[in-house]
This record gives sequence, C-alpha cells and structure tokens, in this order.
Amino acid sequence: MSANQVVESLLALSQQEELVDLPKDHSLSESEDEGDSDGERKHQKLLEAIHSLDGKNRQKLTERSEAGMKVSEFNVSSEGSGEKLVLADLLEPVKTSSFLATVKKQLNRVKSKKVVELPLNKEKIEQIHREAAFSKTSQILSKWDPVILKNRQAEQLAFPLGKEQPAIAPIEHVLSGWKARTPLEQEIFTLLHKNKQPVTDPLLTPVEKASLQAMNLEEAKMHRAELQRARALLSYYEAKAQREKKIKNKKYHKVVKKRKAKRALKDFEQLQKVNPTAALEELEKIENARIIERMSLKHQSSGKWAKSKAIMAKYDLEARQAMQEQLAKNKELTEKLQVAFESEEEEGGTKEEEEVFVPEVVNEVQKNVDGLNPWMLRSYTSDTKEVATQEDPEQLPEPAAHEVSGSEREERPVAGEEIPLRGFEERRSLRKRSELNQDAEPAGSQKTKYSSSQEVLSELRALTQKLKKNRQSRKQKASSEGTVPQVQREEPAPEEEESLLLERPERVQTSLEEVEKLGKEDCFQNKGLPRHVLEGQQSEKTPNNWPDAPKEKKKEQMIDLQNLLTTQSPSMRSLAVPTTIEELEDEEERDQRQMIKEAFAGDYVIRDFLKEKKEAAEASKPKDVDLILPGWGEWGGVGLKPSARKRCRFLIKAPEDPPRKDKNLPNVIINEKRNIHAAAHQVRVLPYPFTHHRQFERTIQTPIGFTWNTQRAFQKLTTPKVITKPGHIIKPIKAEDVGYRSSSRSDISVIQRNPKRVTTRHKKQLKKNSAD
Amino acid sequence: METAPKPGRDVPPKKDKLQTKKKKPRRYWEEETVPTAAGASPGPPPNKKNRELRPQGAKSTHILKKSRISKKPQVQKKPREWKNSESQRSLSGAQDPFPGPAPVPVEVVQKFCRIDKSRKLPQSKAKARSRLEVAEAEEEETSIKAARSELLLAEEPGFLEGEDGEDTAKICQADIVEAVDIASAAKHFDLNLRQFGPYRLNYSRTGRHLAFGGRRGHVAALDWVTKKLMCEINVMEAVRDIRFLHSEALLAVAQNRWLHIYDNQGIELHCIRRCDRVTRLEFLPFHFLLATASETGFLTYLDVSVGKIVAALNARAGRLDVMSQNPYNAVIHLGHSNGTVSLWSPAMKEPLAKILCHRGGVRAVAVDSTGTHMATSGLDHQLKVFDLRGTFQPLSTRTLPHGAGHLAFSQRGLLVAGMGDVVNIWAGQGKASPPSLEQPYLTHRLSGPVHGLQFCPFEDVLGVGHSGGITSMLVPGAAEPNFDGLESNPYRSRKQRQEWEVKALLEKVPAELICLDPRALAEVDVISLEQRKKEQIERLGYDPEAKAPFQPKPKQKGRSSTASLVKRKRKVMDEEHRDKVRQSLEQQQELQQQKEAKTKPTGAWPSALDRFVR
Repeated sequence: MSANQVVESLLALSQQEELVDLPKDHSLSESEDEGDSDGERKHQKLLEAIHSLDGKNRQKLTERSEAGMKVSEFNVSSEGSGEKLVLADLLEPVKTSSFLATVKKQLNRVKSKKVVELPLNKEKIEQIHREAAFSKTSQILSKWDPVILKNRQAEQLAFPLGKEQPAIAPIEHVLSGWKARTPLEQEIFTLLHKNKQPVTDPLLTPVEKASLQAMNLEEAKMHRAELQRARALLSYYEAKAQREKKIKNKKYHKVVKKRKAKRALKDFEQLQKVNPTAALEELEKIENARIIERMSLKHQSSGKWAKSKAIMAKYDLEARQAMQEQLAKNKELTEKLQVAFESEEEEGGTKEEEEVFVPEVVNEVQKNVDGLNPWMLRSYTSDTKEVATQEDPEQLPEPAAHEVSGSEREERPVAGEEIPLRGFEERRSLRKRSELNQDAEPAGSQKTKYSSSQEVLSELRALTQKLKKNRQSRKQKASSEGTVPQVQREEPAPEEEESLLLERPERVQTSLEEVEKLGKEDCFQNKGLPRHVLEGQQSEKTPNNWPDAPKEKKKEQMIDLQNLLTTQSPSMRSLAVPTTIEELEDEEERDQRQMIKEAFAGDYVIRDFLKEKKEAAEASKPKDVDLILPGWGEWGGVGLKPSARKRCRFLIKAPEDPPRKDKNLPNVIINEKRNIHAAAHQVRVLPYPFTHHRQFERTIQTPIGFTWNTQRAFQKLTTPKVITKPGHIIKPIKAEDVGYRSSSRSDISVIQRNPKRVTTRHKKQLKKNSAD
Repeated sequence: METAPKPGRDVPPKKDKLQTKKKKPRRYWEEETVPTAAGASPGPPPNKKNRELRPQGAKSTHILKKSRISKKPQVQKKPREWKNSESQRSLSGAQDPFPGPAPVPVEVVQKFCRIDKSRKLPQSKAKARSRLEVAEAEEEETSIKAARSELLLAEEPGFLEGEDGEDTAKICQADIVEAVDIASAAKHFDLNLRQFGPYRLNYSRTGRHLAFGGRRGHVAALDWVTKKLMCEINVMEAVRDIRFLHSEALLAVAQNRWLHIYDNQGIELHCIRRCDRVTRLEFLPFHFLLATASETGFLTYLDVSVGKIVAALNARAGRLDVMSQNPYNAVIHLGHSNGTVSLWSPAMKEPLAKILCHRGGVRAVAVDSTGTHMATSGLDHQLKVFDLRGTFQPLSTRTLPHGAGHLAFSQRGLLVAGMGDVVNIWAGQGKASPPSLEQPYLTHRLSGPVHGLQFCPFEDVLGVGHSGGITSMLVPGAAEPNFDGLESNPYRSRKQRQEWEVKALLEKVPAELICLDPRALAEVDVISLEQRKKEQIERLGYDPEAKAPFQPKPKQKGRSSTASLVKRKRKVMDEEHRDKVRQSLEQQQELQQQKEAKTKPTGAWPSALDRFVR
C-alpha cells in the first residue's frame, strides 16, 4: 500500500518538475534576454502550456501568419488581433482615396467568381468518354440497320456492289419523253395545241369532255328541291316524335300501344292474304324479337321495378297482379321452343312422323344383321324414345315370348329401364303437341311488325294467350286423337322385331362359322338385301337434316369385315362370254384347281386374317416389364405364385400406345414399325429460326428439281444466295452505296481524337445528349 | 409438270361425211378447221372414232413468255397505272388492251400447289414467319408458272363416243381401225404365234419397243411401231415372264430355273442364279430395281445398276405368282392364295400393309399410275377397285361371270381385265377417277386365253399376249397424250438415250427410300428429334430451351420482403395458369363448334316457318 503511494507521489512530482522545466526551456529559446516582464510572461506561458496539453490546442502552430500588435524581432508570435485579415485592409491606405476604388471593385468582382471545381479523377473521365463515344457511335451505326436487315432477307446479293440496273421500261414510255425538234414537228404540234386537239389520246377533245361533265340545270334544281323536302319532313317527324315521347300520361301510352298492336295485327293479316312469303318473313321477325327479348332477361324478377313490386305485393292488389303478370311473361319467354319443332313435325302428319322414327330402327336392324355383337350395340342405340316405344309393345303384353333367346334376355334390363322413361316421354310429347298447337294456330292469325318492336310484341302475346284459352279444350281433343294413330302405328313394329329375332341367331352363326355354307349365305343375303333396300329408301326419304343421322354414321364407322367381303356385287352384263371349249390343257388343269379352291373359298380366310391382325397388334404393343423375383420375401417353389401385392409392385406397366392406324379398318393390317433406313435420310435437327417441326416441313415441301418445275421456276428456285464477279475486288459497303450522303466515319474519329476535359457538369450534359 | 419440248400437233385429216349412226367427235379446233379441211381430206367416209394420233416428232421449242406474276392470279387487276401517267402515256395513244399479267385459272394452279395451307401451324417467331412467307410465295409463283406452261401440253387424249344410246362396247376393233387414219390403223395388228404357247409381253417405258416371251421358250423384242425386229431367240426353257430393264437395250427373262438378262441382240449377258424359279418380274425404273417373285415364296430386289441383291424377303405365303408395282411409290403388291394383298418395300422385312381383298385367292392385282386405286380380282369371281389412300376400302365391286385372270391399268386410268379369251376395258370419268365398272368401255375377243396384258405408254394401244400369239388393240383415250421429252421420249436417238441413261443413273433413288407415303421423306424425323432433345437434357442436366422460371426483381423500401416475393411469384404463376385454362377452353369450344357444324346439316332444320307451307 505505502509503497504504491510513494511511487505515485514521486511520479507526480517528477511530472510537475517536467512541466515546470518545459516552459523554462521554451522561454529560454524564445526570449533569453527578456528579463523585465519575466514573471508575468512566464506565468502566462505556463498557463498556455497547460492548456495546450489537452486536445485541440496542443498542435497550435506558433508560426507567424499575420501582422500582430506585438511584434518582437525574435519571435513571431501567433497571437494576432483575433480577426481575419481582409485583403482590402492591406490595401487600405491611411487615407481613403478615390483612386483605389476601382481596384477594389475589380477585386470584388474577382472575389465574386466561384471557385474552380476540382477536376474528376482519371478513371471517371475515361469512363465518361467511353460512354459518350458508345452512345454516339451506336447512334451513327443504327442507321445501317435497315440496310443490314434488307441484305439478310434478300434472296440474292451481288458483289462487288454497284449501281443497280434500272428496270427496263417499255418502249412506249421511253418514247413519251420524246420532244418535237424539227420545225415541221413543232409546227404540227403547235397546230394541234392551238385547236385543243388531243395530242396523245385521240378519243375526246377537252371541249367534249367538259360538255360531258356538265350537268343539266333543271335536273340539279329538282334534285336540290327533293333533298330539301326530305330534310324538312325528317325534322317534322323528329319533332313530333319528341313531343309524343314527352307525354307523361300513362293511359295515353297504353292506348297508343294497343292501337299500334291492332294495326300491326291487321296489317299482318292483310299481308298474309296478299303475300304469304312476306308474311313468313314478318313472322320470322317476330320470332326474332321474341328471342331477343328472351335473351335480354328483362322479365326476370330481379329488376328494380320487380323488387319494388314484390315489396308492395303484400299490401297492394294491383302490385300483386302486376307481379304475377311479370312472372307469367317470364315463364312464357323462358320456355324452350326447340321442342316445338319436334312436335311440329309430328303434327305435319302421321306419315312424316313415321319417317322420322324410322332411322333409329334401321340402324338397329342393321347392327343386328351385322351380327358382331348385337346386344352390346343394342344397349346404346336404345337410348332414344323411339326404340323404347317400339320395344314396349312386345315387352309388356308378352314378356314370356322373349326369354327364348339368351340375347334377348341380355337386352331386357336395358329395355326395362326404358319403360318408365317411355311413359314420361310420351306424356311430354303429348303436352308438347298441345302446346304447339296453341303456338301454331295463333301463328296463323298472327300479326305484327318488327318495327313496332317488343312492346307491340308483348301486346300480341297477351292477345294470343286469350285465344289459347279459348282453344285449349279443342286442342286436347285433337291431341288425344293424335295418339290413337300413333298406337296403331306402333303395332307393326313387333312383327318386324320378331322376324329379326328369328333371323338373328342364324346371323351370329354365320359370322362364327365363317361362311361354311356359301350357297346358303347367298340366300340369306338375298333375304337381307331387300330389307336393306327398303330401309335405305326410307331413310332416304327422311330428311337427312335430322340430327341423329350423322351420329349414326359415326357409330357405324367400324366397317364390318363380313359385309365388306360378302356384299353382293352386281354381276356384269357380259357382251362376250369367254369360250371355254378351246382352252388348252394347262388352262383346264388350272381351272380344276380353281374350282376346288372356289368350293372352299373363304373358309377360314376371314378368321385367319382376324387372328393374324390380332397377333400383329399384340406384337406391336409395348410389353410390361416384370421385375418379380420369386421366393424373395416369401416362400418360393414349384406351384407357388408370388403374391398379388408383390406382383402389383414389381410389374412396370408399359405406356399406352397411340391407337393403331388400322384400328377402324378391319380388312387391313398396317405395319407400324418404323422404317429406319428411310428415317436415316430424314431431317433430324430443326434448323435455327424454327421452333416446331411442322414450320420447317412447310418450307421444304415444294420440290426444287427441274423434274417438277418449269425451267424458269427451277432457275429461280436454285439461284445462288451470293453472286461474285471473278477478278473483282469486293470493297466494304459505303454510305453512298445505299444512298446515304455523309460519311459516318469522320464523326467517330472526331470524338476519338480530341477528348476534352470533362467535368461533372459536362458529364451530365453528355448523358442528356446520349439519352436523347 | 412437263417442261420438255412438246411435239407439235399435226392435224389429222378431217372426215367430211358423218355416219348417221355415230356422233361426230368434236375437237377443239373444229370450228376453224372444218370448213377448210372439208374439201382437203378425201379420207375414208365413216368416222366412228377419233383417237390420239402419234405426232411425227416435230419439236417446238419451249417458249415461256416472260410474264409478271401476280400474287393473286385469278383476280383481274386494274389496268396498271404508271405513276406519271400523263407523261408515260404512249405516244400513239394506244393502250394495252390486256394490262397486267394474263389471268391463270385457279384450278390449274391448285393442281400444282404442294403446301397444305389448311393445316394450322403453331406460333412462330418473326424470323421463322418470314421464312415461311417466302416459302409460300415461292410455291405460289412456281405453281403459277407451271399452270401457265400447261398451255404447252398441246395434245389432247383421244376418245370414243357412241351416238346417243349406243354402247361403245359394241364397237369392234375392225370398226375402229376402219375409222382411223392409216398410221393409227397400223397400230392394230395380230401376231399369230400358235407354236410357242401363251405369251407374256412388256412394253418399254417409252412405249416404242415390245418384248414378248412364249411359254415354250420363244423370246423376241421388236420396235413395234416400225415392226422392226431387234432379236428373236429360243431360250429352250419355259419362259415365265419377260421385262425390259431401264432401257430397251436390256431384257430380263424369267426362265424355268433362273433369271437371265439379254441385250437387244439376244445375247445372254447374265444368268442370275440367286433368283431362281422366278414367276413374275417387275422393274422399278427410278430405283433401278428388278423385283422378282419366285415359286419359293421369296420376293427379291435386284439392283441392276450395280448387280447386287438389295433385299430378299420371305413373304411366308407360299408360291408367289401375282405381283404388280405401284408406280406412285414403287411399292410392290403381291397377291396371295388366302385372299390378301401384301405391300412390300425392300427396306422392311415385313409387309408394309396387308389387305384382305377376296374370300378366295387373289388372281390378279393392278395399280393405277397415280397410286390411288388398286384393282384386284380373285377366285371368288369378283373384281374390286380399292382406294389406296389410307383407307384401303373397296370403292366398287363387280362379279364377273368367269373371273378376271389378268388386270392392267392404263396411264389415264382405264382398267383392262382378261377373262378367258375375252378382254374387257372399263373407263372412268376423268384421269384420277376410278374406273366405273358399270359398263365396259370396250370388249374384244381373242383367239386364245389371255396370258399377259399391258397398255402401251403414250399410245392408245393395248397389248395382249395370249395362247395364239400377240394382239395389239386400239383403245382410244388410254394413254397420256403428252410425253416428257427429257424423261421418256419415244423418238429419242441412240445418243439421247445414252445421255438419259447417265442422268437417270445419277438421279437413282436409293432402295431404302421406298415407303407407303413418299412425301413422308419431306418430314422431320420427330422421333429422333425428341430422342436427341431428351439426351441433351440428360447431358446438361437442364432444358436449355425451357422458359426460365420467374424470378421477382428485388425492390426497395421494404417491398422485397419474403412474403411479397412469394406473392409476386404466385401472381405470375396464376396468370400463366389462367392463360393455359383459357387456351384449353378455347380449344374445347372450337372442337365443339366443329362437331356441331358436322352434326348440323346446314339449312335443313325444320324451321318455324314450315307451318305455313301448304
């Protein structure tokens, strides 16, 4: 403890001594001989020294920088007056003189000028230079872009670049630049000009032309008067319409509407008598208006008015009525009209209806005759009501009869589903018919102009509804009458079906046994054929506009092989029957062989072919990869099969192949293998600008050889891309070559040669320029 | 398109008197020539038929007028206005009455167009688009040029027309011969060669030379137009088939054992023992391949330019004795005893396609020159015409009383069938239409059963080989009237032939290019393209062409927070997804519309106005 204290005190002492010494030395060097003010100054010095010990003041220079009050010849002290020296102070004479004022002013001016900024560092300057040069150069070079583009797209380039030959003008045009020179020619032309005769085109003189162009004065006047009158009428009409529109009386409008509707009705009736075709057009317009209105959904209950009425309806009877009307209208509008077409057809007459129904039946029968798989086809053809109606009679009254054949049994569940459906369909058709009648009859007495638009239309609708109500009862009678013939019509159907039933098993048999009885087959076909013909006629009769017809065609896309080969072809009417008597021996021999073959013709041909096709399809299918290791993870050995879980896990399924090309062609096997040798000659890399192979294919589709082209086309197609003249120097392209005037080169060199000093201000300017 | 110099037309002597029975055939020049020619030609009175006459080799130079080709040729352009019309008006005041390029009929241009513009292309870059535009413009221009030069095909096909209601099949050869000029009449002849059995025959490609071989070894070749015999030998062996090679100087004969090749002097040049027991021969002129079908069931392709066997294919269908070639794609059609016809190419070991045509064996096969129709006849006595363009379905079928043993198509699509000792010819409506089997066009009875049939190229002549020799029949309208002088010139000299031979050899098509659709070669090999791409992706580890995933740009002021980055990413992703959905929806709609358009027969719906129809 004490030792420490001793050391500290000692240190402090010595420091004190040093401090004391230091100013001593200092003062010694500064003012050795200044003895009188010693005490005071020493003290000050000491104070200063102590001050200078801390921080900033320590390094205070003791140099003399300006004039001070106390000037000693030995020491230039730093202490001045404490104020800054101003230049003017130096110049200021003791006495102010006007002579110095100018100098002062000049000095002021100098002083007011800003200080010159520091130059940027070298790298920065160079960078700015580079940027500026780049922008300017690219700007200059950009004017070549169109030239480059043109040359790249040009079909042919010819070097060395020269002036293009001007296109050869036709001789007549060259001659037209010709001028009369000889006195005789000049004389003739002056004569012609004087008389205003055409020099080149000898058809019309200018006078004639002028006279042609002039218009008759009276005509013009009449024309103008007409125009004026039309304009006046238009304005009257406009004014009237506007006035009427402004009338706020509801009743007035109602009356007007009604009047309009009545007039339209009358007009229409008249028109129908006078010109039925025009009436039809009118009707179509009405129909259109209805459609538009329906589409606009104006009469939904979601409108502003409707909503307000809905609220009012509770209390206001009128509002309720209005709302109901609105709803009725909406219902009427949103009714599907398409059904009307259908039943319309029915109304057209029983004959027509039958025709309509026939196609489905025809289709069905054909399928059965095909004998491929009748019940399978059946299930999806029977989705129409026609089939249901046809099937129904035989199904309900005598269900037992049909259990004879297995095929029929298979059919039944499907048909069973149809029964309730059928009832529904029938009811619906009934309803539709009655509706249609309603629609149709008013149509007869219907009226209206399209121009009178929707208001009139709605008015009309109200009228027709009244009519409807009157006739409702009559309609129902009519419809009930309509059903009777329908039932009668349906009766023949079961017979047909039965005949089908009788025939079907045999058909199937033939297809399975592959025509063992060729002779028999023929008579079968004969049986089948007339029906085909009949049906064909029927279906021909039916308008092929019926939407089902194309569908049927699609379904039948798969051509039956049997049909293909066994179709009865018309035999040739032979003029010259070949004589067989004078045949030679070998011919006879061959004929014998032929006869034997003929006898067994087609025995197994079709079956074999189908088998072969199946095999080919199998062979071309990608195989599944089997990675099962028997006995791995379970017992293995003879008679043990790997578990299903394992099989499902280690069997890698092959990806599905695209459908075979001969999928729908029963009589064809098309090899799906790739021809590798030919593929080696095909293009296998897409060239640059193309992204899809079909784009590229299109560019190489036209042949360029002279076998397929005319000589000239061939030459054009095979012209070289670049033509050079042998022995000529090809110089680089110049501005003059492409029609530019100034050379761009000098501009670039100017910039590069005198790089000026660039300050930040310049830099900004440059940037602005380059941006421009 | 024929660019060759076309022979000039010599007007046949016009007959002034018309037989009452036959309608006088009308030719396009008739209006001008009838009055003048009436007095000039004292030819034989009845003119029953009018057939194409062999031109006398007069050659007109190929002149193609320089013409400005308009982009849309069918549209008549307005008279071309010159910019300074006043000064450019011609001095005389005369104006071009037909300004602009001459219009070209659209149908003719369409005939030469190769690019199927109905197929839509996927979106392409601007550069690719410009290339496509250039290609399309080029195609149009060349097809217009080709259409313009159709004018140079001066010859018209001959025809035979019965007076109203009269059946042309009843017109016999004697009538025709009587009606035509002497030069044409000389083309009908019979060679009575009863000694050496039924004959097979073959015309050279130019139609000038005829070679025939009898079953009992008689082989002869002659210039049948001038009837100049080139050679006549007896090979002392059964001759199964005979065929000219690329020119008339070489002759392939399928003899009992082997295949032999003779030159036009009758000197045996080669005996090809690898082709044994050959029954039928076919020569593919552009590939220089001789296809042979043998009793052993092999189809062998022999390259006659290098003498190598290109391919020997086992048809696995027993004895092969029905063969024909498809001139359009050089595919060989073989008929088999199980009623199928198989299509072969030397590049494939298996048949390209197999078509079940008949219930019995196939007796004869023929393919027309455009490669669209194939006629087959089988043991079931049926004659069928098949469509070869993809569907292979029969277009028409006919049962013949005796069945046809031989079939052949002419250049213009006439079909001939040899049935016993009768030859029937059917004609179609136009060149590319299938022959309608309703009514025969011509019939002819021969002195023996038919053994070989061929139409002569560029001549309205049908050659029939039968047991009684050779018959050359006149069949008006059978052959192409205009020939390509550079390709197959009937009047070529020896020098020209040699020149042609060299050029043809230089342009020989490799055998492996034979495939069902020859235009498939102009397509990109998509499979290997995809394979390469897959490999490249595997090698690089990424897809260089794939679109880079969206990387949101860093933003300042706290907007680059993780959440906002994710949000931005999600936004872009959703937008892309929406685009996809939109596109797929559009596609679906299009499909549906197409379907509807198909199902809805236009304008046939029962309309609302029907109720007014009374």
